[in-house]
Parts: sequence; C-alpha cells; structure tokens
Amino acid sequence: MTPSSLEALAASVPDGALLALPPDNSLPSVALAKALMRRGARGLRLLGVPVSGFATDLLIGAGCVVEVETSAVSLGEAGFAPRFSAAVRAGTITVRDATCPAIHTMLQAAEKGVPFMPLRGVIGSDILAHRPDWRVVQNPVSDTPDPILVVPALHPDVAAIHAVMADEEGNLWVGRRRECATLAHASRRLLATVERVVPGNLLEDERLAAGTIAATYVEDFAVAERGAHPVALLDEYGFDAAYVADYARAARTEEGFRAWVDEHVLGRAATRVAAE
Amino acid sequence: MSPDERGVQPEERLAAALARLILDPAAPPARHIAVGAASPIPAAACWLVAKSGHPVRLSLLHKRSGNPFTEGSRELFDLTGQGRIDLFFLGGGQIDGEANINLIGTGEWPGAGVRFPGSFGSAFMYFMTPRTILFREEHSPRVLVPRVAHVSAPGVSPPEVFRRGTAQALVTGRCVFRFDPARARFSLESAHPGESLASIRAETGFDFDAPAAVPATPDPTEAELALLRGPVCDEMAETYPEFCARVWGRALAA
Repeated sequence: MTPSSLEALAASVPDGALLALPPDNSLPSVALAKALMRRGARGLRLLGVPVSGFATDLLIGAGCVVEVETSAVSLGEAGFAPRFSAAVRAGTITVRDATCPAIHTMLQAAEKGVPFMPLRGVIGSDILAHRPDWRVVQNPVSDTPDPILVVPALHPDVAAIHAVMADEEGNLWVGRRRECATLAHASRRLLATVERVVPGNLLEDERLAAGTIAATYVEDFAVAERGAHPVALLDEYGFDAAYVADYARAARTEEGFRAWVDEHVLGRAATRVAAE
Repeated sequence: MSPDERGVQPEERLAAALARLILDPAAPPARHIAVGAASPIPAAACWLVAKSGHPVRLSLLHKRSGNPFTEGSRELFDLTGQGRIDLFFLGGGQIDGEANINLIGTGEWPGAGVRFPGSFGSAFMYFMTPRTILFREEHSPRVLVPRVAHVSAPGVSPPEVFRRGTAQALVTGRCVFRFDPARARFSLESAHPGESLASIRAETGFDFDAPAAVPATPDPTEAELALLRGPVCDEMAETYPEFCARVWGRALAA
C-alpha cells in the first residue's frame, strides 16, 4: 500500500460525514483534524469513542461540525473544552449525549454485523430520555421482569486515528490501544496518520501482531510525524500540557481561537511541527 | 517549611476519610478499585490503602501503563459489567439529596445554561459497581442541589432494574455524608474542622438527616501522614505533579 499525503486524506473525507475520533489517551489523529480545518470541511458529525478531546474542540471552533455524539468533551487537566462550550451555548451544534460503554457497545454490534446489542445500566438516566434510537426491552431469556437497554449498531463513515507505524503492506501498529481495532472493524473507512513506515510485515512478527490493525481494514494512510501532538502517543512522546493549556486560554474567545488557528493550523508553527 | 512541620492539609484529611470508607468492614470488599482522572484525592486515598498493607488492586485509568487494560476503556466497562470492579469514584457538577448526579449541565437540555463535560461512564458504572464513593470538594448550594437539572446517573432504581450498588457516601470539602439507598437519603456522618451542622445546612441545597451531636472528621494518624507524604506522594508525582507540589511541597520536575 502506497502512503497518501495528509492533505489527500483530508480531501477524501466528504462534508457531512460521520467521523469517529478516539479520545486524547487513545491515538486520535490531530494532524488529520488540522488538515480538515485547512480544507474547510463542513457539516461533519463527530463521534467521540467514547469521549472527545482536543481535536473535537478544534473542529467545532473552525465551524466544521454540525453534531457531536459523545459521552463527554473535555481538555482534561486544562478544563472544559472552550469552543464546544461556546457552541452549545450558542446552539450552533447538536449534542447527542451518550455514556462510554454505550458507544463501545454500538461499535461492537457494528463489528459483529448484528443490528443491536444489550447493555446494563443507563435506565433512569436522562440520557436515555433524549435517545429515541435507544430502547428498553424485556430480557428475552429471562422469565422474570428484567428491563434492559438495547442500542443500535453504529457504523461511522470514517474513523481517523494516529498509529505509531505502518508497514509496507499497510498494516498499522497501535500497541495496547486495541479498542482502535474495534473502531476500525466498525467503520466504513479507516484513515490513519503514522509516525513512520517500516519495512516488512508487522503481522509476521508474533510480538507485534496482537497490537496491529490489519490492512484489510485500512482505507488509506499518510505519514505525519508527531501527528498526535499535543496528545501523547504510547511511549513515543508524552502529553504536551503547556500547549493544551495555551490553547485553552486562547480559545476562550472566538478572536483568540482564530489567532491560535492562524499560528498553529495555518501558519508557521503548523509548518514547523510538520517539518520537525 | 518542610511538609512534616505543617499541620494536616485538608487534602490529607479528605484522603484519610476516603481511605476509611474504602476499608469500611460493613461495605462489600474492595479488591479491585478503578480510579479515573477526576481528582488526585481519591487516587491518594487508594494509594494510602494500598501502602497501608491492604491487598487491593488499583487500576489507574489515566496512566498509560498503570492498569491491566489492553482494549482501552472498553475493557474497564466489560470488567465492571461482570462485577469484577468493586469500587469506583464519581463526582458531579450537581448532586442531589437522592444521590442523583448531573454531569450534563444546567438549563435546557443539553446544558444551555452551563454545559458540564458530559456523563462519561457514570450511567453504567453507578449501577454495575457494588459501591461508589461520591467525591466533590466544592460543597455549596450550587453543587449540592434539591434536585439535579438533568440526571446523568440515578442514585436509586426501581426493584426490577438490575443494579449491584449505589453511593456508599458523599465526601466534600466540608463533611462526610452516608447514603441510605432504602430511604434514598443522606445523613451527616462527620464534619471537617471549622464546620458545624448549621454551617453545613447553610451550604447544602438538599435536606439530610443528622445526629444530635455531629462528630468531627478525624485527622489522619501519624502513620497515615507519613505514608501520604512519602510513598503515596512518590506514586502520584508523575501523574499529579502540581498536586504533589502544592500539598506536599514536592519539587516539580524540570
């Protein structure tokens, strides 16, 4: 499989797509989110798997997003996600609140090819009252009253992750973050950025195979060094708390967000990170 | 001034109070505790229990390698679904007198007033864990409300709804409340130094029971303070550098 360019990956994500992004501890492609901002993507529906972080706040701030389905949006230690909060206040995005295991379960139903799966808990939460697509049914294998939630299979149009490496075959290595494999299985297209391309075949190495997403599931990938930054990437690099705190301060206002984007997505600092 | 020369820090008292709740012999055993990123104080309490020699397995969800999971948070929820996580901590932007928690926000759904981050796994964990300790440092009528604006996770459920447990207690910066699920009601267990029944009533939006004489929340013992300021701080320094610097004077890494 021949690597594409980052901008070609972004161009292949259609406006209006349901785009799944892992949270800030599980290999989101921040590089691809920034490329989508540069391309001026519109109407995206984002799915937090199962929560949302830095990349989601960026895309919302840039006006790329009409809807977010997630269990939480947060910048972690840097606090509330400022552009998400502003968009909820202004009513410019639709929020479909969920709870973490429900999102995992919807994706697991999709990877199995079944229409729904049950999940314990949730009954009595107002989340359920706002999810007409979630149903409470009687446990069909119980003779006693046992209400249980069923959630529908969810197939994202596109999933975007940042893996440590790809091999010549297009296999991706994600280490212990194997929930990315469930996301890959459930999504119609998986787009990945990677730190580097290595020779050979990861699936031929018994030590690496278990942390590998097979090329079967990979639509396309591009090399983007430090493509998870400012989010941590396994043991490759840590979380850049100062960068995120700086963003959180700047993005309190629309003007501050614009200036930050000019510098870090469109401008010199963006080019520098890509070149480093 | 070295940390040992300072008095007991409020965070240390809270950690010790949480540790006593974790070890409460009347509660289901805590063999495996999962700790989220929400606050360093529950993490300190868990480390205090572990460093006191109690055989407890801690899964730290925010650390890359401080947990057994190789399938991310999905595996935490699967483990909890099976009943293999014994204790979890939850907080809330709002908590009410029936132990309902709100992580959604205020105003019209989904938080047109103040939007909180979202419910995370609370709508599942609160049901499927044998016990939950609610922890929120801010104790004010803004947080402890008569009725939450939106229910992320309910404190009690009808009898036919499968549920392993609910809140054991609510620990705040002012006091410790116990929760009685049969009555869906809190009772004041102890007040931290400087607080009284009257001061706590004034800062609590919901009604609760209280004994005629309210005990004081005990200070940590000398042994507990030594553990908190030594081995507990050592374990936490990497993940919570600012907390360790503020509470224990641990120098920040360059």
